Amino acid sequence: MILVVAEHANGKLAKSTLELLTAARSLNRAGDVTALILGSDILAIAAEAARFADQVLVAQTPALAQYDPELWTAAIVQIAREGEAHTILIGASRSGREYSPRVAIRLDAPLLEDIISLHDEAGSLHAQRYTYLARVTESISAKAPIIVATIKPGAFAPAASLPSPSEQWDVDLNLPTARLKVTGKTTESTDRVSLTEADIVVSGGRGAGTAEAFTALIEPLADRLGAAIGATRAVVDAGWRPYAEQVGQTGKTVQPSVYIAIGISGAVQHLSGMNKSKLIVAINRDAEAPIFKITDYGIVGDVQQLVPAILAELKK
Amino acid sequence: MRIFTLIRQVLDAEETVRVQNNAVALASSKLVMDTMDEYGVEEALRLREQGAEAEIIAIGVGPARLQDALRTALAMGVDRAIHVETDLALDALALSKVVATLASEESADLILTGGQQADWDSHALGAATAERLNWPQATWTTALALSGRTLTGRHDVDEGSETFTLDLPAVITTQQGLNEPRYPTLPGIMKAKKKETRKETLDRFDVVPTVSFERAEIQTKSRKLRILDGKDPQAAAAELINLLRNEARVIA
Ligand SMILES: Cc1cc2nc3c(=O)[nH]c(=O)nc-3n(C[C@H](O)[C@H](O)[C@H](O)COP(=O)(O)OP(=O)(O)OC[C@H]3O[C@@H](n4cnc5c(N)ncnc54)[C@H](O)[C@@H]3O)c2cc1C
Repeated sequence: MILVVAEHANGKLAKSTLELLTAARSLNRAGDVTALILGSDILAIAAEAARFADQVLVAQTPALAQYDPELWTAAIVQIAREGEAHTILIGASRSGREYSPRVAIRLDAPLLEDIISLHDEAGSLHAQRYTYLARVTESISAKAPIIVATIKPGAFAPAASLPSPSEQWDVDLNLPTARLKVTGKTTESTDRVSLTEADIVVSGGRGAGTAEAFTALIEPLADRLGAAIGATRAVVDAGWRPYAEQVGQTGKTVQPSVYIAIGISGAVQHLSGMNKSKLIVAINRDAEAPIFKITDYGIVGDVQQLVPAILAELKK
Repeated sequence: MRIFTLIRQVLDAEETVRVQNNAVALASSKLVMDTMDEYGVEEALRLREQGAEAEIIAIGVGPARLQDALRTALAMGVDRAIHVETDLALDALALSKVVATLASEESADLILTGGQQADWDSHALGAATAERLNWPQATWTTALALSGRTLTGRHDVDEGSETFTLDLPAVITTQQGLNEPRYPTLPGIMKAKKKETRKETLDRFDVVPTVSFERAEIQTKSRKLRILDGKDPQAAAAELINLLRNEARVIA
């Protein structure tokens, strides 16, 4: 079977799960596309998943209320063994990239990490992934009785729903106790569209000037466009914006239809998080700023004047 | 106790990546210790400065040139280094076998490594090593302290961050914000010359790459590069919105 580990948040199946299911269905391999849902309150999520996967395994237990890398590993390894999975697809979220190596080691399986394409060829799985801070595309492959792959969010289209919902099965798990003890949690949530799922991202850098100016310029523009807000590390380090909004090597990777970079120089570490965006717009007063090398539409000028002018233009 | 800090050598972020014969060519480029690994070295030194009695060992697996990065770690204050010399490119899972073997042999208690590698963009080395040793892990750590054999800290998760406690032995992966790595001082550089680097060969570790590398390409998306002059902000704004609405058709 092809085992897909569903990602979900706030009682809903994540878009990334539908993307994993597309990747799973595209494979030329025998066996049902099986979605595994781990959590403590997941019946609605399981019912949603049943509209997209060939079968759904539901591991509902209070022990899985909080994500933990070792619990997730134990659960997935047990299901993979019992169900004789030959392929395990996991989302390349921060958590997915954290527990997937453990799953791979325990199953003695190769790991295709953070991949953007996947296909079968003579029993091998071939994949592509970005490397060197997303400046290089590498082709890799693995051949083994069982293979683990993590799939980059946004790389596959979401799966279409099935004509009728599939069956759901409850599963019992033998779980260890978590060794990493979580003593506190800070969730950075906003009412806005999620940064990684947004169609348009408006991102600001140090060129916005101050925290107040960032709020006054970037927020109305994002609101007007129904966009998510992004930020550079410089802005996050300065405390202007929460880390959840950071785009780049050590923040989030986004590939929206439009990425609007305002007062951002375009350091490689920032570019690695957004250089796959379909269309890039940049505003910077320095015509030599590296961001302009990958810009579709740019304006050389002062953000304090240009952003209000753009807002006025959008209202017309 | 013993702290391992894993050292990888990568292309300097300011350098242009070049591909030759289907692979990234590093021969004439400036190579440096991965910044993420610098955070690891710095954190090991800080834990010791804050009272932990520890021997700190830099571990490197890679070609002869890797000794430059190991020397930097020694000059920053690491006590000794182990260099497993090989020209074979090992994926993170294969590499973790070497690290785990050395950790068992040397009775390491704590392993520090980067949250993401700046060359293969991999996150897997820390978790894979932890799994081989049956140790717990905390990834993307932004704050760390040690009291007795208990670590406390903060790390980034999918949305937001968590504070945690964790007993040794453990693997910690680093993240920006953990610390500001120090520069080697001249006395540090002089002392490093007398520190031991043990050379080993890969043979005895019995590792084979688990993933085959086929080729590397630089696929840059071609961009329109339409750069407008913003001296007249109203006119530039109008032109930009016109392009977005009527040429790219991405906004209403
Ligand atoms: C290991 C590591 C990881 C990193 N990870 C990340 C990451 O994930 N994300 C990230 O973003 N960075 C990351 N960085 C940092 C990165 O190298 C840059 O320092 C950072 O991206 C710069 O942010 P910035 O563009 O906001 O600031 P700056 O580089 O200071 O650029 C500000 C820009 O604004 C322009 N400007 C100023 N005033 C105006 C004005 N009035 N009107 C118009 N333009 C103006 C300037 O011309 C300049 O180009 C990382 C660095 C390291 C070492």
